[in-house]
Amino acid sequence: MIKIIKKYWFLAAVVAVNLALLIIDPKTETVTLRFAGRNVINFLFMLTPVFICVGLMDVWISRESMIKFMGVHSGVKGAVVALLLGVVTAVPLYALLPVAGVLLKKGSRISNVLLFLCASASIRIPLLLFEISSLGFLFTFARFGLNIMIVIAIAVIIDKLLSEDDKRAIYDNAERLI
Amino acid sequence: MNSVFTFFLYGVAVILLGASFKKDRNKTVLSLKKAWKMFVNVLPQFAAILLLVGLLLARVTPETIQRVIGAKSGIAGMLIASLLGAVTLVPVLVAFPVAAELLKNGAGVAQIAVFISTLTMVGFVTLPMEIKYLEKKAAILRNVLSYLFAFAAAIIVGAIME
Repeated sequence: MIKIIKKYWFLAAVVAVNLALLIIDPKTETVTLRFAGRNVINFLFMLTPVFICVGLMDVWISRESMIKFMGVHSGVKGAVVALLLGVVTAVPLYALLPVAGVLLKKGSRISNVLLFLCASASIRIPLLLFEISSLGFLFTFARFGLNIMIVIAIAVIIDKLLSEDDKRAIYDNAERLI
Repeated sequence: MNSVFTFFLYGVAVILLGASFKKDRNKTVLSLKKAWKMFVNVLPQFAAILLLVGLLLARVTPETIQRVIGAKSGIAGMLIASLLGAVTLVPVLVAFPVAAELLKNGAGVAQIAVFISTLTMVGFVTLPMEIKYLEKKAAILRNVLSYLFAFAAAIIVGAIME
């Protein structure tokens, strides 16, 4: 029972607010529902291939090879692999989280998972041209250069701040997710 | 462009599925089962997030954004821009043209930079989902640090562009 409440309280709260607004302010609420409806389709469309790939990664990638490439002792090479993996993907943060989950489950180093996650969210090579065309060359490249430094800083800082117990909890949690 | 990338992902997924199926039928079925399980696992949170974002977007119009983060809005404007970026979940592809439009209409460079950075790096509404994958401490740290760094970067970008 507690498990069910824990899983659904957020959804229940949001649905309740939406229902209340449907009565108080039906006009604005229709905008909300239309947005949510259109985006459910978008999100499902985007997430389907991501989940399929994550499922396949889980089945086919061995723990040994993941540890070798991005594990605790993978050093600079592992960080570079994580960073490169991140910058070539251009999916929103929410779609990256399942991928981060499977990386953790297979024994990738936490700082490398963070590198991948942050790099992918903020540095998107497929989108660079688009950013240049709307915001200009200087703006884009100033942000690009700064973002690389920021992403590395974030991964290093979080890695330092997490205790061994925190890290173990993250790995245990990833084990349960997929 | 975003949809091009999505189609590319579909292509990759289909090719990988085909290769996997040819190699080992049972393993492929297992992988699809896992994908489905994962999907059902995050679905309630997704639905909630979408409804919540809808609630916000229905009330925050582009005109409102334009009014509060003008060029002379300074640090206060940056604060507001960063909060907007952190709570909204707009695809970057939509955000870039909007940002360009705002710049043309006199919004400040630093405000726009902080908006884009927080939009992509900080996810307030997706935080529950992130906690699910990274546990509380790492997820919150990642968001807080991204938020702070977004400010630093925006000030630098603003200075470079002046």
